[in-house]
Amino acid sequence: MQKTYYDPADLKKFGKISEWNQELGDAFFEYYGKVFEDGALTAREKSLIALAVSHTEQCPYCIDAYTKDGLQRGITKEEMMEALHVGAAIKSGATLVHGVQMMNKVNKLDM
Amino acid sequence: MVTKSLHKRESDLANSNRQLEILSNGIFQDGELPTFKNKISESNQFPLKAKKLEILQINVGYMCNQVCEHCHVDAGPDRKEIMTRDTMQQCLAVIKKTEAHTLDLTGGAPEMNPDFRWFVEEAAKAGIKDFIVRSNLTIIRANKKYYDLPEFFKKHNIHVVSSMPHWTRGKTDKQRGDGVFDKSIKALQELNAVGYGMPESNLRLDLVYNPSGAFLPGDQASMEKDFKKALKADFDIEFHNLFAITNLPISRFLDYLIASENYEDYMYSLVEAYNPTAVAKVMCTNTLSISWDGCLFDCDFNQMLELPVNSKAKHISEYNEALLEGRNIVISQHCYGCTAGAGSSCQGVVA
Ligand code: SF4
Ligand code: SF4
Repeated sequence: MQKTYYDPADLKKFGKISEWNQELGDAFFEYYGKVFEDGALTAREKSLIALAVSHTEQCPYCIDAYTKDGLQRGITKEEMMEALHVGAAIKSGATLVHGVQMMNKVNKLDM
Repeated sequence: MVTKSLHKRESDLANSNRQLEILSNGIFQDGELPTFKNKISESNQFPLKAKKLEILQINVGYMCNQVCEHCHVDAGPDRKEIMTRDTMQQCLAVIKKTEAHTLDLTGGAPEMNPDFRWFVEEAAKAGIKDFIVRSNLTIIRANKKYYDLPEFFKKHNIHVVSSMPHWTRGKTDKQRGDGVFDKSIKALQELNAVGYGMPESNLRLDLVYNPSGAFLPGDQASMEKDFKKALKADFDIEFHNLFAITNLPISRFLDYLIASENYEDYMYSLVEAYNPTAVAKVMCTNTLSISWDGCLFDCDFNQMLELPVNSKAKHISEYNEALLEGRNIVISQHCYGCTAGAGSSCQGVVA
Protein backbone atom coordinates (compact mmCIF):
# COMPACT_ATOMS: atom_id res chain seq x y z
CA MET A 1 0.00 0.00 0.00
CA GLN A 2 1.15 3.52 -0.71
CA LYS A 3 2.55 5.01 2.49
CA THR A 4 2.25 8.72 1.72
CA TYR A 5 -0.40 10.80 0.01
CA TYR A 6 2.16 12.81 -1.95
CA ASP A 7 4.96 11.31 -4.04
CA PRO A 8 7.32 13.80 -5.77
CA ALA A 9 7.59 11.35 -8.68
CA ASP A 10 3.85 11.88 -9.38
CA LEU A 11 4.52 15.40 -10.62
CA LYS A 12 6.24 13.95 -13.69
CA LYS A 13 3.10 11.91 -14.39
CA PHE A 14 0.82 14.94 -14.45
CA GLY A 15 0.39 14.60 -18.21
CA LYS A 16 -1.15 11.16 -17.69
CA ILE A 17 -4.41 12.69 -16.47
CA SER A 18 -5.28 13.06 -20.17
CA GLU A 19 -5.25 9.30 -20.61
CA TRP A 20 -8.66 8.87 -19.02
CA ASN A 21 -10.18 11.81 -20.82
CA GLN A 22 -8.10 12.95 -23.72
CA GLU A 23 -10.36 15.77 -24.84
CA LEU A 24 -10.71 17.52 -21.50
CA GLY A 25 -7.08 16.81 -20.61
CA ASP A 26 -5.85 18.32 -23.86
CA ALA A 27 -8.15 21.30 -23.42
CA PHE A 28 -6.82 21.87 -19.93
CA PHE A 29 -3.15 21.69 -20.96
CA GLU A 30 -3.75 23.96 -23.92
CA TYR A 31 -5.44 26.49 -21.67
CA TYR A 32 -2.74 26.11 -19.04
CA GLY A 33 0.01 26.69 -21.59
CA LYS A 34 -1.71 29.79 -22.95
CA VAL A 35 -2.21 31.26 -19.49
CA PHE A 36 1.51 31.19 -18.81
CA GLU A 37 2.61 32.79 -22.07
CA ASP A 38 3.82 36.39 -22.14
CA GLY A 39 0.76 38.64 -22.35
CA ALA A 40 -0.16 41.86 -20.63
CA LEU A 41 1.80 40.27 -17.79
CA THR A 42 5.21 38.76 -18.45
CA ALA A 43 5.72 35.02 -18.06
CA ARG A 44 8.10 35.96 -15.24
CA GLU A 45 5.37 37.85 -13.35
CA LYS A 46 2.98 34.95 -13.91
CA SER A 47 5.52 32.54 -12.49
CA LEU A 48 5.68 34.58 -9.27
CA ILE A 49 1.87 34.70 -9.05
CA ALA A 50 1.78 30.93 -9.57
CA LEU A 51 4.34 30.46 -6.81
CA ALA A 52 2.29 32.53 -4.36
CA VAL A 53 -0.92 30.71 -5.27
CA SER A 54 0.80 27.31 -4.99
CA HIS A 55 1.45 28.19 -1.37
CA THR A 56 -2.01 29.48 -0.55
CA GLU A 57 -3.40 26.35 -2.26
CA GLN A 58 -0.74 24.38 -0.38
CA CYS A 59 -0.03 22.17 -3.36
CA PRO A 60 3.39 20.55 -2.92
CA TYR A 61 3.61 19.66 -6.61
CA CYS A 62 3.04 23.25 -7.68
CA ILE A 63 5.44 24.54 -5.03
CA ASP A 64 8.20 22.29 -6.42
CA ALA A 65 7.36 23.14 -9.99
CA TYR A 66 7.17 26.92 -9.58
CA THR A 67 10.20 27.16 -7.32
CA LYS A 68 12.21 25.46 -10.03
CA ASP A 69 10.52 27.54 -12.71
CA GLY A 70 11.44 30.70 -10.79
CA LEU A 71 15.09 29.66 -10.53
CA GLN A 72 15.14 28.90 -14.25
CA ARG A 73 13.87 32.38 -14.96
CA GLY A 74 16.56 33.95 -12.78
CA ILE A 75 14.02 35.03 -10.17
CA THR A 76 15.80 35.69 -6.87
CA LYS A 77 14.90 34.07 -3.56
CA GLU A 78 14.05 37.52 -2.18
CA GLU A 79 11.49 38.01 -4.98
CA MET A 80 10.08 34.55 -4.33
CA MET A 81 9.69 35.15 -0.60
CA GLU A 82 8.05 38.52 -1.22
CA ALA A 83 5.53 36.90 -3.54
CA LEU A 84 4.73 34.38 -0.79
CA HIS A 85 4.05 37.16 1.66
CA VAL A 86 1.55 38.64 -0.77
CA GLY A 87 -0.22 35.27 -0.80
CA ALA A 88 0.03 34.99 2.97
CA ALA A 89 -1.27 38.52 3.48
CA ILE A 90 -4.31 37.86 1.30
CA LYS A 91 -4.91 34.54 3.03
CA SER A 92 -4.74 36.04 6.52
CA GLY A 93 -6.68 39.11 5.41
CA ALA A 94 -9.34 36.84 3.97
CA THR A 95 -9.55 35.02 7.28
CA LEU A 96 -9.75 38.20 9.29
CA VAL A 97 -12.18 40.01 7.04
CA HIS A 98 -14.70 37.25 7.79
CA GLY A 99 -14.41 38.50 11.37
CA VAL A 100 -16.79 41.24 10.31
CA GLN A 101 -19.39 38.57 9.55
CA MET A 102 -18.75 37.07 12.98
CA MET A 103 -19.09 40.47 14.62
CA ASN A 104 -22.31 41.18 12.69
CA LYS A 105 -23.72 37.86 13.83
CA VAL A 106 -22.71 38.40 17.43
CA ASN A 107 -24.18 41.90 17.38
CA LYS A 108 -27.41 40.57 15.92
CA LEU A 109 -27.79 37.62 18.27
CA ASP A 110 -26.39 39.12 21.42
CA MET A 111 -28.64 41.18 23.65
CA MET B 1 32.31 26.84 -1.27
CA VAL B 2 34.69 24.95 -3.55
CA THR B 3 38.32 26.03 -3.16
CA LYS B 4 40.24 23.25 -4.86
CA SER B 5 39.88 21.32 -8.09
CA LEU B 6 38.70 17.71 -8.00
CA HIS B 7 42.23 16.76 -9.08
CA LYS B 8 43.81 18.50 -6.11
CA ARG B 9 41.25 16.96 -3.77
CA GLU B 10 42.09 13.56 -5.29
CA SER B 11 38.38 13.08 -5.77
CA ASP B 12 37.03 9.98 -7.44
CA LEU B 13 35.48 12.19 -10.07
CA ALA B 14 38.83 13.62 -11.16
CA ASN B 15 38.98 10.37 -13.09
CA SER B 16 37.08 10.68 -16.36
CA ASN B 17 36.39 6.93 -16.47
CA ARG B 18 34.55 7.24 -13.17
CA GLN B 19 32.43 10.05 -14.61
CA LEU B 20 31.62 8.01 -17.70
CA GLU B 21 30.71 5.07 -15.51
CA ILE B 22 28.21 7.20 -13.59
CA LEU B 23 26.78 8.52 -16.85
CA SER B 24 26.34 5.03 -18.27
CA ASN B 25 25.12 3.09 -15.26
CA GLY B 26 22.20 3.50 -12.86
CA ILE B 27 19.08 5.03 -14.38
CA PHE B 28 20.43 4.60 -17.90
CA GLN B 29 21.52 1.02 -17.49
CA ASP B 30 18.31 -0.14 -15.87
CA GLY B 31 16.28 1.46 -18.64
CA GLU B 32 14.52 4.02 -16.48
CA LEU B 33 15.80 6.67 -18.88
CA PRO B 34 16.78 6.14 -22.52
CA THR B 35 20.45 6.52 -23.42
CA PHE B 36 21.32 9.46 -25.66
CA LYS B 37 22.19 7.04 -28.43
CA ASN B 38 18.74 5.43 -28.25
CA LYS B 39 17.04 8.79 -28.05
CA ILE B 40 18.67 10.24 -31.16
CA SER B 41 18.21 6.94 -32.98
CA GLU B 42 14.43 7.43 -32.68
CA SER B 43 14.72 10.29 -35.18
CA ASN B 44 17.40 8.58 -37.28
CA GLN B 45 20.06 10.99 -36.08
CA PHE B 46 22.54 8.35 -34.97
CA PRO B 47 25.43 8.44 -35.62
CA LEU B 48 25.99 12.16 -35.29
CA LYS B 49 28.31 13.22 -38.10
CA ALA B 50 30.83 16.05 -38.21
CA LYS B 51 30.20 18.55 -40.99
CA LYS B 52 32.60 21.12 -42.40
CA LEU B 53 34.84 22.70 -39.76
CA GLU B 54 33.67 26.21 -38.85
CA ILE B 55 34.86 26.72 -35.29
CA LEU B 56 38.25 25.91 -33.86
CA GLN B 57 38.11 25.92 -30.07
CA ILE B 58 41.50 25.90 -28.40
CA ASN B 59 41.90 25.27 -24.71
CA VAL B 60 45.22 26.91 -23.81
CA GLY B 61 45.35 25.56 -20.26
CA TYR B 62 43.36 24.51 -17.23
CA MET B 63 44.93 27.09 -14.93
CA CYS B 64 42.43 29.60 -13.58
CA ASN B 65 42.28 32.27 -10.89
CA GLN B 66 38.79 31.05 -9.94
CA VAL B 67 37.40 27.73 -8.75
CA CYS B 68 33.76 27.88 -9.79
CA GLU B 69 31.45 25.27 -8.37
CA HIS B 70 30.02 24.26 -11.75
CA CYS B 71 33.28 24.26 -13.73
CA HIS B 72 33.27 21.49 -16.33
CA VAL B 73 37.01 21.91 -16.86
CA ASP B 74 37.81 21.35 -13.18
CA ALA B 75 40.02 24.42 -13.57
CA GLY B 76 41.68 26.33 -10.78
CA PRO B 77 44.91 27.85 -9.51
CA ASP B 78 46.13 24.34 -8.69
CA ARG B 79 45.86 23.07 -12.29
CA LYS B 80 49.17 23.32 -14.11
CA GLU B 81 48.29 21.95 -17.56
CA ILE B 82 49.25 24.67 -20.02
CA MET B 83 49.68 24.79 -23.80
CA THR B 84 53.28 25.30 -24.91
CA ARG B 85 54.41 27.63 -27.67
CA ASP B 86 55.28 24.58 -29.79
CA THR B 87 51.71 23.32 -29.67
CA MET B 88 50.49 26.85 -30.35
CA GLN B 89 52.68 26.86 -33.48
CA GLN B 90 50.98 23.67 -34.62
CA CYS B 91 47.58 25.28 -33.98
CA LEU B 92 48.62 28.37 -35.96
CA ALA B 93 49.58 26.22 -38.92
CA VAL B 94 46.09 24.71 -38.90
CA ILE B 95 44.37 28.08 -38.39
CA LYS B 96 46.14 29.31 -41.53
CA LYS B 97 45.09 26.40 -43.65
CA THR B 98 41.46 25.87 -42.63
CA GLU B 99 38.51 27.96 -43.69
CA ALA B 100 37.11 27.96 -40.16
CA HIS B 101 35.60 31.39 -39.52
CA THR B 102 35.71 31.31 -35.73
CA LEU B 103 38.58 30.88 -33.34
CA ASP B 104 37.53 30.38 -29.75
CA LEU B 105 40.21 30.56 -27.04
CA THR B 106 39.27 29.05 -23.76
CA GLY B 107 40.72 27.62 -20.55
CA GLY B 108 40.87 27.88 -17.47
CA ALA B 109 41.63 31.54 -17.74
CA PRO B 110 43.31 31.66 -21.16
CA GLU B 111 45.03 34.92 -20.23
CA MET B 112 47.09 33.05 -17.62
CA ASN B 113 49.00 31.13 -20.26
CA PRO B 114 52.39 32.92 -20.48
CA ASP B 115 52.25 32.79 -24.29
CA PHE B 116 48.64 33.98 -24.52
CA ARG B 117 49.42 37.43 -25.93
CA TRP B 118 51.95 36.11 -28.39
CA PHE B 119 49.43 33.56 -29.60
CA VAL B 120 46.64 36.13 -29.96
CA GLU B 121 48.93 38.43 -31.94
CA GLU B 122 50.01 35.63 -34.27
CA ALA B 123 46.51 34.19 -34.70
CA ALA B 124 45.00 37.64 -35.32
CA LYS B 125 47.18 37.93 -38.41
CA ALA B 126 45.48 34.87 -39.91
CA GLY B 127 42.35 36.92 -40.64
CA ILE B 128 39.79 35.04 -38.60
CA LYS B 129 36.28 36.51 -38.88
CA ASP B 130 35.29 35.98 -35.27
CA PHE B 131 38.14 35.75 -32.76
CA ILE B 132 36.68 34.90 -29.37
CA VAL B 133 38.46 34.96 -26.03
CA ARG B 134 36.52 33.46 -23.12
CA SER B 135 37.47 35.76 -20.29
CA ASN B 136 36.23 35.14 -16.78
CA LEU B 137 36.36 38.95 -16.18
CA THR B 138 37.99 38.80 -12.73
CA ILE B 139 41.34 38.00 -14.35
CA ILE B 140 41.32 41.59 -15.63
CA ARG B 141 41.37 42.75 -12.01
CA ALA B 142 43.44 39.89 -10.55
CA ASN B 143 46.86 41.44 -10.95
CA LYS B 144 48.42 44.61 -12.37
CA LYS B 145 49.88 42.73 -15.30
CA TYR B 146 46.35 42.07 -16.56
CA TYR B 147 44.97 45.59 -16.11
CA ASP B 148 45.58 46.48 -19.76
CA LEU B 149 43.69 43.46 -21.13
CA PRO B 150 40.70 45.55 -22.29
CA GLU B 151 43.08 47.65 -24.43
CA PHE B 152 44.88 44.53 -25.65
CA PHE B 153 41.57 42.92 -26.66
CA LYS B 154 40.54 46.11 -28.42
CA LYS B 155 43.80 46.31 -30.34
CA HIS B 156 43.22 42.87 -31.82
CA ASN B 157 39.49 43.27 -32.24
CA ILE B 158 38.84 40.32 -29.94
CA HIS B 159 35.27 39.23 -29.32
CA VAL B 160 35.07 38.98 -25.54
CA VAL B 161 32.71 36.37 -24.12
CA SER B 162 32.43 36.42 -20.36
CA SER B 163 30.62 34.45 -17.71
CA MET B 164 28.16 36.19 -15.49
CA PRO B 165 25.87 33.87 -13.55
CA HIS B 166 23.50 36.56 -12.32
CA TRP B 167 22.99 40.27 -11.90
CA THR B 168 22.93 39.88 -8.13
CA ARG B 169 26.00 39.54 -5.92
CA GLY B 170 24.68 36.61 -3.87
CA LYS B 171 24.00 34.23 -6.72
CA THR B 172 27.20 35.12 -8.57
CA ASP B 173 29.49 34.72 -5.58
CA LYS B 174 27.85 31.46 -4.60
CA GLN B 175 28.67 29.88 -7.95
CA ARG B 176 32.03 31.52 -8.61
CA GLY B 177 33.52 32.50 -5.25
CA ASP B 178 33.41 35.40 -2.80
CA GLY B 179 34.23 38.76 -4.31
CA VAL B 180 33.79 37.57 -7.90
CA PHE B 181 30.72 39.72 -8.47
CA ASP B 182 32.35 43.03 -7.52
CA LYS B 183 35.46 42.30 -9.56
CA SER B 184 33.38 41.22 -12.55
CA ILE B 185 31.35 44.42 -12.41
CA LYS B 186 34.54 46.49 -12.32
CA ALA B 187 35.97 44.52 -15.27
CA LEU B 188 32.76 45.00 -17.29
CA GLN B 189 32.88 48.74 -16.61
CA GLU B 190 36.48 48.81 -17.83
CA LEU B 191 35.55 46.92 -20.99
CA ASN B 192 32.72 49.39 -21.54
CA ALA B 193 35.15 52.27 -20.99
CA VAL B 194 37.29 51.22 -23.98
CA GLY B 195 34.18 50.78 -26.12
CA TYR B 196 33.24 47.12 -25.59
CA GLY B 197 29.57 46.22 -25.45
CA MET B 198 28.21 49.58 -26.51
CA PRO B 199 25.08 49.30 -28.68
CA GLU B 200 26.73 50.66 -31.83
CA SER B 201 30.21 49.30 -31.14
CA ASN B 202 31.94 46.62 -33.21
CA LEU B 203 33.82 45.57 -30.09
CA ARG B 204 31.65 42.60 -29.16
CA LEU B 205 31.02 41.85 -25.51
CA ASP B 206 28.69 38.94 -24.82
CA LEU B 207 27.85 37.41 -21.48
CA VAL B 208 27.34 33.77 -20.67
CA TYR B 209 24.71 32.70 -18.19
CA ASN B 210 24.92 29.26 -16.57
CA PRO B 211 22.27 28.38 -13.99
CA SER B 212 23.67 28.45 -10.47
CA GLY B 213 22.22 25.10 -9.45
CA ALA B 214 20.45 21.94 -10.53
CA PHE B 215 18.02 23.52 -12.97
CA LEU B 216 17.97 24.41 -16.64
CA PRO B 217 18.44 27.91 -18.05
CA GLY B 218 15.30 29.90 -18.75
CA ASP B 219 14.39 31.50 -22.05
CA GLN B 220 17.52 33.21 -23.39
CA ALA B 221 15.76 36.29 -24.77
CA SER B 222 13.91 37.13 -21.57
CA MET B 223 16.99 36.42 -19.44
CA GLU B 224 18.92 38.81 -21.65
CA LYS B 225 16.29 41.49 -21.13
CA ASP B 226 16.44 41.04 -17.35
CA PHE B 227 20.25 41.08 -17.30
CA LYS B 228 20.42 44.20 -19.44
CA LYS B 229 17.86 46.06 -17.38
CA ALA B 230 19.49 45.22 -14.05
CA LEU B 231 23.13 45.75 -15.08
CA LYS B 232 22.26 49.09 -16.71
CA ALA B 233 20.20 50.33 -13.78
CA ASP B 234 22.57 49.18 -11.04
CA PHE B 235 26.00 49.66 -12.62
CA ASP B 236 25.50 51.47 -15.94
CA ILE B 237 26.90 48.42 -17.77
CA GLU B 238 26.16 47.60 -21.41
CA PHE B 239 26.74 44.37 -23.31
CA HIS B 240 25.56 42.84 -26.55
CA ASN B 241 24.08 39.36 -26.14
CA LEU B 242 23.49 36.89 -23.39
CA PHE B 243 24.19 33.22 -24.12
CA ALA B 244 22.16 30.96 -21.86
CA ILE B 245 24.04 27.70 -21.45
CA THR B 246 22.95 24.46 -19.83
CA ASN B 247 25.34 22.98 -17.27
CA LEU B 248 26.48 19.57 -18.49
CA PRO B 249 26.60 16.78 -15.92
CA ILE B 250 30.36 16.30 -15.89
CA SER B 251 33.31 17.17 -13.67
CA ARG B 252 32.62 19.63 -10.83
CA PHE B 253 28.98 20.09 -11.78
CA LEU B 254 28.51 16.33 -11.68
CA ASP B 255 30.23 16.31 -8.29
CA TYR B 256 27.81 18.99 -7.10
CA LEU B 257 24.80 17.09 -8.49
CA ILE B 258 25.80 13.92 -6.70
CA ALA B 259 26.72 15.63 -3.40
CA SER B 260 23.43 17.58 -3.36
CA GLU B 261 21.46 14.44 -4.32
CA ASN B 262 20.18 16.11 -7.46
CA TYR B 263 21.83 13.89 -10.06
CA GLU B 264 18.85 11.71 -10.99
CA ASP B 265 16.35 14.57 -10.99
CA TYR B 266 18.66 16.65 -13.14
CA MET B 267 19.07 13.84 -15.68
CA TYR B 268 15.29 13.47 -15.73
CA SER B 269 14.93 17.20 -16.42
CA LEU B 270 17.44 17.00 -19.26
CA VAL B 271 15.79 13.98 -20.84
CA GLU B 272 12.32 15.46 -20.37
CA ALA B 273 13.43 18.68 -22.08
CA TYR B 274 15.07 16.74 -24.95
CA ASN B 275 14.46 18.56 -28.20
CA PRO B 276 15.12 16.51 -31.34
CA THR B 277 15.43 19.61 -33.52
CA ALA B 278 18.44 20.75 -31.46
CA VAL B 279 20.34 17.57 -32.35
CA ALA B 280 21.22 18.64 -35.87
CA LYS B 281 22.70 21.87 -34.55
CA VAL B 282 24.85 20.68 -31.64
CA MET B 283 28.20 22.41 -31.75
CA CYS B 284 30.33 19.29 -32.19
CA THR B 285 29.05 19.01 -35.75
CA ASN B 286 31.02 22.07 -36.89
CA THR B 287 33.63 22.44 -34.14
CA LEU B 288 36.93 20.91 -33.26
CA SER B 289 38.23 21.21 -29.72
CA ILE B 290 41.97 21.15 -29.10
CA SER B 291 43.33 20.42 -25.64
CA TRP B 292 46.36 22.06 -23.99
CA ASP B 293 48.54 19.19 -25.20
CA GLY B 294 47.26 19.38 -28.77
CA CYS B 295 44.86 16.43 -28.77
CA LEU B 296 41.66 16.65 -30.83
CA PHE B 297 38.14 16.30 -29.44
CA ASP B 298 34.60 16.81 -30.70
CA CYS B 299 33.95 19.42 -28.02
CA ASP B 300 35.27 20.82 -24.76
CA PHE B 301 33.09 18.40 -22.80
CA ASN B 302 34.45 15.34 -24.57
CA GLN B 303 37.90 16.78 -23.95
CA MET B 304 37.27 16.78 -20.21
CA LEU B 305 35.86 13.26 -20.38
CA GLU B 306 38.98 12.23 -22.33
CA LEU B 307 36.92 10.92 -25.23
CA PRO B 308 39.15 11.58 -28.28
CA VAL B 309 37.84 12.13 -31.80
CA ASN B 310 36.87 9.06 -33.73
CA SER B 311 39.44 9.60 -36.47
CA LYS B 312 42.95 8.55 -37.44
CA ALA B 313 44.00 12.16 -36.87
CA LYS B 314 44.05 12.49 -33.10
CA HIS B 315 46.51 15.35 -32.62
CA ILE B 316 46.71 18.87 -34.04
CA SER B 317 50.02 17.91 -35.69
CA GLU B 318 48.08 15.28 -37.65
CA TYR B 319 45.23 17.61 -38.62
CA ASN B 320 43.69 16.49 -41.85
CA GLU B 321 40.37 17.82 -43.03
CA ALA B 322 39.58 14.75 -45.11
CA LEU B 323 40.14 12.45 -42.15
CA LEU B 324 38.11 14.54 -39.73
CA GLU B 325 35.15 15.59 -41.86
CA GLY B 326 32.28 13.17 -41.67
CA ARG B 327 33.66 11.44 -38.57
CA ASN B 328 31.22 9.94 -36.10
CA ILE B 329 30.88 12.15 -33.04
CA VAL B 330 31.55 10.41 -29.73
CA ILE B 331 28.50 10.70 -27.49
CA SER B 332 27.31 9.77 -24.03
CA GLN B 333 24.52 10.84 -21.70
CA HIS B 334 26.15 14.25 -21.02
CA CYS B 335 25.07 15.16 -24.59
CA TYR B 336 21.49 15.52 -23.30
CA GLY B 337 22.75 18.87 -21.94
CA CYS B 338 23.24 20.15 -25.50
CA THR B 339 19.77 19.12 -26.68
CA ALA B 340 17.57 20.17 -23.75
CA GLY B 341 14.99 22.86 -24.44
CA ALA B 342 16.21 25.32 -27.03
CA GLY B 343 19.55 23.49 -27.08
CA SER B 344 22.85 24.70 -25.74
CA SER B 345 26.24 25.46 -27.20
CA CYS B 346 29.13 27.77 -26.41
CA GLN B 347 27.19 30.45 -28.30
CA GLY B 348 23.96 29.92 -26.41
CA VAL B 349 20.77 28.36 -27.73
CA VAL B 350 20.76 26.54 -31.05
CA ALA B 351 17.14 25.77 -31.86
S1 SF4 C 1 34.15 28.11 -14.90
FE1 SF4 C 1 35.69 29.35 -15.96
S2 SF4 C 1 36.30 30.89 -14.46
FE2 SF4 C 1 35.29 29.25 -13.35
S3 SF4 C 1 36.93 27.88 -12.69
FE3 SF4 C 1 36.14 27.10 -14.63
S4 SF4 C 1 37.46 28.01 -16.17
FE4 SF4 C 1 37.75 29.21 -14.30
S1 SF4 D 1 28.49 17.17 -25.34
FE1 SF4 D 1 29.85 17.49 -27.06
S2 SF4 D 1 29.61 15.64 -28.27
FE2 SF4 D 1 27.86 15.73 -26.93
S3 SF4 D 1 26.29 16.80 -28.13
FE3 SF4 D 1 27.35 18.32 -26.88
S4 SF4 D 1 28.89 19.13 -28.22
FE4 SF4 D 1 28.23 17.18 -29.11
